[in-house]
Amino acid sequence: MPEDFLIRAALAGLGLTLATGPLGAFVVWRRMAFFGDATAHAAILGVALALATDLPVYAGTLAVALAMGLAVSALAGRGQAADSALGVLAHSALALGLIAVSFLPGVRADLSAYLFGDILAVTGGDLVWIWAGAALVLALIAWRWQALLTATVDEALAQASGIDPRRERLVLTLALALVVAVAVKIVGALLIAAMLIIPAAAARGPSRSPEAMAGFAVLFGALSVLGGLALSLRLDTPAGPSIVATAAAIFALSLLPRRAG
Amino acid sequence: MQLITARGLTVRHGGQVVLAGVDFTIAKGEIVTVVGPNGSGKSTLLKALIGLEHSVEGQITRAAGLSIGYVPQRLHMDARIPMTVRRFLSLPRRVADAAAEAELARTGVAGIGPRPMSALSGGQFQRVLLARALLARPEILILDEPTQGLDQPGVAAFYRLIEEVRAETGVAVLMVSHDLHVVMSATDRVICLNGHVCCEGAPRVVSEAPEYRALFGLGTGGALALYQHVHDHGHDHDQATGHAPGHGHGHSGHAHHHHHEGTDA
Repeated sequence: MPEDFLIRAALAGLGLTLATGPLGAFVVWRRMAFFGDATAHAAILGVALALATDLPVYAGTLAVALAMGLAVSALAGRGQAADSALGVLAHSALALGLIAVSFLPGVRADLSAYLFGDILAVTGGDLVWIWAGAALVLALIAWRWQALLTATVDEALAQASGIDPRRERLVLTLALALVVAVAVKIVGALLIAAMLIIPAAAARGPSRSPEAMAGFAVLFGALSVLGGLALSLRLDTPAGPSIVATAAAIFALSLLPRRAG
Repeated sequence: MQLITARGLTVRHGGQVVLAGVDFTIAKGEIVTVVGPNGSGKSTLLKALIGLEHSVEGQITRAAGLSIGYVPQRLHMDARIPMTVRRFLSLPRRVADAAAEAELARTGVAGIGPRPMSALSGGQFQRVLLARALLARPEILILDEPTQGLDQPGVAAFYRLIEEVRAETGVAVLMVSHDLHVVMSATDRVICLNGHVCCEGAPRVVSEAPEYRALFGLGTGGALALYQHVHDHGHDHDQATGHAPGHGHGHSGHAHHHHHEGTDA
């Protein structure tokens, strides 16, 4: 009989993958991989600010991740320099976050939990946050699905159909910030990007439609969570990295040539 | 009834003026073709009229609730988006299977629905784009060099298709083209662009205008005469007005100028 903390960890991971699956598909389609990275990095600054001001960690990460997303969106709209601008923002936010935390007595140990996550330490309260956040992100994406998809296929095509591509980009930024805010405590900032990208990238192979790809991304994410936790339990490996390693294994399997195709 | 009207349209790209003081109008059911050398602002004009350009001066008036069917010059669809033709037709508005199939048949790619977009040839892709644009039941089709990458028969067939669609649905068509001689025969009005409007009017009027000849050379004039069908029953020099769709074709006396004879009888 699995122990409670393990069930909570599994539930947390499954809730997370509900959001990162479809969102990850957009991250892959729109080549936003580094964008997810940057937002996750910035979350560390949010954690530091929240700890310093006695605000809830979720609020701090949400605010900073959102600000980061908006800044990057604004930069991306202005030309090709977005890539390096993103790098500058991401790494300086992470560095500033680490420096800010060093001024706070006694939280150094805590911070590594936010960097690498501690899914085995998830509480019942965390679960509520995660599932609520995931449901919100899912609802947001489902609501905007057709418009998001059209704007992702081609922005000019979307605009000619009366869709504002900037608004759709904003929706994705908001969703990404939400996911980062609720997930930073579970898989950690450094591993969120991996959970966004790897299952979605693995889902491309077997998918014939965008909807199928989002579905497969959720499925592969869920398998990664359960497989990773099992691995972690068996081999006594760290849980977060085990989940990502499992996802990577699934991705590698998806690359195997399919004769029937 | 004018669908889109622009007055004194000036568009800049990074401080550089791409279009200066362009006046433009297109009426219901009219086919207008924009020609001009590379970098003359043809695509920019189309994008500005749709609302895709950011630094635009001047006035653009679109008819209230105007529905636009846009076929872009190129569609950079990431191959990582798994997308069948059928699914693509339902973007952004979902359409019924019967309507999707009918539109694919009309544009000459019947039964292509289950194929992935990434597996289409250039000609099939353009036709699917056109089918998708038509499914929105637009009042105006805006096509930016729709025949890029098509061979010569493919180009002729595409313009024939555009004329057929116009005859059937009464949709207005605004397009950019490089295929001067072919397009001249399938259009009511030509706008010759080179950062500004050089000349404008019925195809034959434009083809004989000194500004046009200065841009495209005299040689083209001969080719034009060959392909031209006569739109000039009594209003040859009627510069800015279009012709009603579906009127009969006159003959200019050349033996083989009618590559689309009988398509809109």
